[in-house]
Amino acid sequence: MRQFQCIVCGFIYDESVGLPEDGIAAGTAWDAIPEDWSCPDCGVAKADFEMVQIA
Amino acid sequence: MTAPITLVGSGLAGYNLARELRKLLPDAPLRVVTADAGDFYSKPMLSNALTANKTAAQLAMKPVAKMVEELKAEVLSHTRVTAIDRTAKVLHTAAGELPYSKLVLALGADQLQPGLAGSAAAAVVSVNDLAEYAHFRELLEGKQRIVLLGAGLIGCEFANDLAASGRQVDVVDLANWPLSRLLPETAGQYLHDKLAGLGVRFHLGTSVQAVEGEAGAYRVSLANGKALEAELVLSAIGLRPRLQLASAAGLAVNRGIVVNRLLQTSDPDIYALGDCAEVDGQVLPFVLPIMQAARALAPTLAGTPTPVVYPAMPVVVKTPVCPTVVAPPAMGSVGAWQVERSETGIKALFKGEQDQLLGFALLGAATSERQALAPQLPAVLA
Repeated sequence: MRQFQCIVCGFIYDESVGLPEDGIAAGTAWDAIPEDWSCPDCGVAKADFEMVQIA
Repeated sequence: MTAPITLVGSGLAGYNLARELRKLLPDAPLRVVTADAGDFYSKPMLSNALTANKTAAQLAMKPVAKMVEELKAEVLSHTRVTAIDRTAKVLHTAAGELPYSKLVLALGADQLQPGLAGSAAAAVVSVNDLAEYAHFRELLEGKQRIVLLGAGLIGCEFANDLAASGRQVDVVDLANWPLSRLLPETAGQYLHDKLAGLGVRFHLGTSVQAVEGEAGAYRVSLANGKALEAELVLSAIGLRPRLQLASAAGLAVNRGIVVNRLLQTSDPDIYALGDCAEVDGQVLPFVLPIMQAARALAPTLAGTPTPVVYPAMPVVVKTPVCPTVVAPPAMGSVGAWQVERSETGIKALFKGEQDQLLGFALLGAATSERQALAPQLPAVLA
């Protein structure tokens, strides 16, 4: 499971947690999220996220 | 050669506008003039970087050289603009005179100065940009006792961050509960209790009057007669849009640089966005309005006038001990808060006279309802 961080606001998408309130189930891979999805905190597009290394 | 479209400022507003602009105008000459180093970073991350164990260097996500390459723009760093000559369409800077075709002011805001008495008043620090964050981290080295002025959004985030990284934090604010401008009292009390559970000590309904002492050993006196010992005093009492440059150039200013829905100032060739701008009467120093403004201003500058639209824009407060999302009702809204308190959080809805939803504050587990509630809110600027 990986984490991705929004480069604009710092929001982190954690694949193991998903975003159930956004209709994205826990365990959803980053690649499976639609391209038109945007950051729930600041609204930037998926393309503007960057992968963050987890420990 | 045509004078370039020129952006003043390299914060989220300046750089995100530049990115949007490049999507529409891949080859137009573009220049960014900034008083800062010009590295790309996200200001909202400054108040929650300690727990994440990020240094200032790690927060600089892209160095200025990378921005120059990606944006195909000239970036003049450490270059302060001293005046705008609107007649000649030229900026006066430390690096000489720079002609512009269209000018965009993305100047940001200053931290309000607390105006304190005492021999060590000047030692009070604030964190308003990446360079100040680096300085703050140096000062924080080996320090355990922090006094923090301000229990607003940034103050609460810093309080959470400092306490979660093992420090003793005393927060002083004139209001009677934290986030008093955004939250109804019950919700503010819930946030207060969560932060207090982390060890944060609140001194509310009072203010700091004086700071005495010397480096690393300060005595902070409060209006209620108490005194606090501190190794470092941090101020986060609010923001004030930077108006001086615009005002000296004769542009209309009020609380912010006055712009219309096209983000155009009183000079049709000069625009403003972000924390320095007052858009249709509103100063909203948050990330979402900046992104909305950048997406509208880019096509406007490219030749298709596009008024900015603000949907409802809930603000996320980065206090991990008490997740909080708030969409305050518009100024002057008529209605009342309805607050539901449960074991796991607070759901506060601001309802108007026809029972319509005008705002909300969600704390703890209730933050999961944000996606369902946000679409019911009226747009801020339709």
